[in-house]
Amino acid sequence: MLRHVAAFTAALLLASSLQAADRIKVGLLSTLSGAGAGLGVDIRDGFNLAVKQLNGQLGGLPAEVIIADDQQSPDVARQMADKFLKKDKVDFMTGIVFSNIMLAVGPTVFENQTFYISANAGPSQYAGEQCNPYFFNVAWQNDNLHEAVGKYVQDKGFRKLVIVTPNYPGGKDAVAGFRRYYKGMVAEEIYTRLGQLDYAAELAQVRAIKPDALFFFLPGGMGINFVKQFVATGLSRDTQLFAPGFSADEDVIKAVGPAMMGMFNSSHWAHDMDNPENRRFVADFQKEYGRLPSLYASQGYDAARLMDAAVRDVQGKVEDKAALRKALEAKRFKSVRGEFRFNSNHYPIQNYYLRVIGKDASGRVTNKSMGTIFTNHSDAYVGQCRMK
Amino acid sequence: MAFYQPARYQKPVAGALLLALLALPPALAALGHEFYIGFATRLLIFALAASSLNLVLGFGGMFSLGHAAFFGAGAYAAAICMRAGISEALLALPLAMLVAGALALLVGAISLRTRGVYFIMITLAFAQMAYYLFISARAWGGDDGLPLPGRMTLAGLSLGSDSALFYAALGCLALAVVFLGRLAGARFGRTIQAIRENETRMEALGYPVFRYRLVCFALGGALAGLAGALLANLTGLASPNLLQWTQSGTLLVMVIIGGVGYLYGGVVGAVVLLSLEEVLSGFTQHWPIGLGLLLLAIVLFAPRGVAALFGKAGG
Amino acid sequence: MTQLILEQALNGLQFGLMLFLLAAGLTLVFGIMDCINLAHGSLYMVGAYFVAAAAQAADSFWIGLAVGVAGAALLGLLLELSLFRRLYRRDHLAQVLATFALILIANETVRMIWGAQPVMLNAPDALAGPLEIAGFSYPAYRLVIIAFGLAVAGLLYLLVARSRVGMWVRAGAANREMTEALGIDVQRLFTAVFVFGAALCALAGGLLGPLLAVQVGMGESVLILAFVVIIIGGIGSVRGALVGSLIVGTADTLGRALLPTLLRATLPADTASMLGPALASILIYLLMAAILFFRPQGLFPARA
Repeated sequence: MLRHVAAFTAALLLASSLQAADRIKVGLLSTLSGAGAGLGVDIRDGFNLAVKQLNGQLGGLPAEVIIADDQQSPDVARQMADKFLKKDKVDFMTGIVFSNIMLAVGPTVFENQTFYISANAGPSQYAGEQCNPYFFNVAWQNDNLHEAVGKYVQDKGFRKLVIVTPNYPGGKDAVAGFRRYYKGMVAEEIYTRLGQLDYAAELAQVRAIKPDALFFFLPGGMGINFVKQFVATGLSRDTQLFAPGFSADEDVIKAVGPAMMGMFNSSHWAHDMDNPENRRFVADFQKEYGRLPSLYASQGYDAARLMDAAVRDVQGKVEDKAALRKALEAKRFKSVRGEFRFNSNHYPIQNYYLRVIGKDASGRVTNKSMGTIFTNHSDAYVGQCRMK
Repeated sequence: MAFYQPARYQKPVAGALLLALLALPPALAALGHEFYIGFATRLLIFALAASSLNLVLGFGGMFSLGHAAFFGAGAYAAAICMRAGISEALLALPLAMLVAGALALLVGAISLRTRGVYFIMITLAFAQMAYYLFISARAWGGDDGLPLPGRMTLAGLSLGSDSALFYAALGCLALAVVFLGRLAGARFGRTIQAIRENETRMEALGYPVFRYRLVCFALGGALAGLAGALLANLTGLASPNLLQWTQSGTLLVMVIIGGVGYLYGGVVGAVVLLSLEEVLSGFTQHWPIGLGLLLLAIVLFAPRGVAALFGKAGG
Repeated sequence: MTQLILEQALNGLQFGLMLFLLAAGLTLVFGIMDCINLAHGSLYMVGAYFVAAAAQAADSFWIGLAVGVAGAALLGLLLELSLFRRLYRRDHLAQVLATFALILIANETVRMIWGAQPVMLNAPDALAGPLEIAGFSYPAYRLVIIAFGLAVAGLLYLLVARSRVGMWVRAGAANREMTEALGIDVQRLFTAVFVFGAALCALAGGLLGPLLAVQVGMGESVLILAFVVIIIGGIGSVRGALVGSLIVGTADTLGRALLPTLLRATLPADTASMLGPALASILIYLLMAAILFFRPQGLFPARA
């Protein structure tokens, strides 16, 4: 389609070429249309909420957040990033949902010496050999949530398992992460087409195998359809469903409904976590947008708060890259997930929790925290990182 | 349909335009609008791609809805070449053209057996196959696309800066347009246009119609491959999205807007469409509606394309 | 094993029948009016959105389906009267450009009204689970879809093969000028066919909505499949569309289910896991190219 360019704010009209030291410009590039739109919208809303709570400022300077849609396409993302870096001359970039897009955009951002604060995508490349001083991740390394599920499935003694994931690098990483901790039998690894919406053929295969557990990683709309169709086949009676938190968060629950009850998933955050920052975030998010926040929203929120703390630390002198980097590494804000700090590869060291979908006190179907799977967990790639 | 015959004033206009384009990068840089150098390069590359489709469609009368396959194949060929260490443009670009041209030869040899709508659809089917193959080819990055290690060099000179790549794209486009103009006037060009007008008669006269068509189709594919290789260098990525059928549709729309069978039809169409997108998207996020309405207006009120409004067609 | 084979056969049938709903309208518009309609997929998308919106407003899937289909038919009528009528006599290029423009407008208008995120449409609660007969179980809702598809196919057969209007339609597909010369109001026939096609699109969109996602851009991927179907079947032939749909539906389902296993048995694991999904995705295009290679007019050419 004619989707080369899709800019979202009139601010793009201002072809300002002057570096404004009196405000902080953030380029938020995210997936805001198509099947993955729900994820990007939550990141954006979480980020905007944080800026709003800070009275439209980041680190005491007026914030200008320029938003663009990458349409989940690496080419479009490259173009929009180019615009941010060369036309708008932003101070920070953030927002990308998908790792393949991150990898396409990363090189130009780093070459331009602009700090990228990832609110979702955590590719293994940037955690390991290609780690970069300009890349920070406030969410997780891609494998982490899969590792956590793998650990839990292993500990619970499930022994006959089917894995379903799309046939693309992210899917293969998920399987690798899961199997790093799950040592039981995998009866079948089913790879589907990326963007596939009908899983009838795959579910028939699953029925023939009769596994006691099924682990799937199908981000966005794919997961919604899969769970719906899984329930419709009646497989849920014999097979326990497991997924990383992204496939069992508020967006999916809203779409599928009570059929998801009893599904286990892993996350580094949950909306019922009891700390003052999180209580305020969840309450304000619901007031502002009329829905429960997802983990994506919490990550967008934390990205903004990390920028805020760092800019305040360097007293607005964002041109001093070395000082800004130090300030980012120091992470002087309280995250809604509780404790976390940056590892030497700029990825988090943090806890991962088990969640289960059920009804809360008010009868709403949502996630409940069930306990800790990993404590102070880092990633498998940090050893390969030689941070300059 | 009109024969390729540039109106008398077209040559000096084209010359003046070329001079103006040569001065564009330093002018934009002086004004602090470096971003638009990349945008202008994009225009040139799509102008080349649309012109290559115009050769097949306007000139050869073959309604292909799979042109993006050759565009994308060129991009991948360049990326694979450069990752293997061949980053000299004088080597990599002809190689990309060769690969795309060979693919077009293969697709054409099968597709040209069919006629009319069936031809449209079989070219589309081949493009879809190529698209899914590239998406699944893990060695070439699969759905993520294949990143380039850097940019090409031209006779040893780096094309790393946006201006340098702009000039390279401009050179390629200028050469292609001159080549297409010459081709139209040559024996091959007259024959293929006569085949377009009346296939049966040409066949009766003993012309190897199939072979003429096939050569024209392959040439178009090779030129599209050149455009793809340049685009991969601009974005630093060979992506399977380049092979999507909507990309074929976009190229087709460019040619139709610009004027099917006019020498500058592809160029005009690419510039008009991409500029419209850029301008409209600045005003509203719902710009596709405006663009769609405009395209409808062109169909209903300017049936022969924008170029036809200016250039007088001969023949 | 019987369960697996039977289940996959039903899956192929269900997919094929839904494709048939789309392809039937497309092949008639294409065959009779000689009009390439790329926006056929947009009618499918808009129809699904209509059904979803109406179902939510009425709080009933079935009322939503009826209202949505009627709405799409009305939209089809408006489009035919205002735009398509002017396109029939134009060449294919003009039709491609105009209908491409319609895709842009449709996608963006839907995005403007319903937002960029998928809209939810759920099957009636009674059909949400599986149906079990003698140890064999299959999603109840998919069975309903199959029933709908079979009913529409039967109805179309009666209409096209047995009724007077159907005779005109077949005549129009085979030779338009002759039909006009016989004094049949082709203009009105065109309008009727187009509206009917739009209604079938919405029916398919509405029925598939609860299974798949109702979202912007859902029409484009399905459009290509519908084109593949009518090319395989032969343009203008409803019978061809049915056969083509079932071939494509079955080939795609079986390809996805069997190819990976088959390849794994014969090739090294790494090659197989890379090749399997790729081959399954391109299987139907290969099939189409092969059929066109041997029968350049499709399996059931409507025009002699």
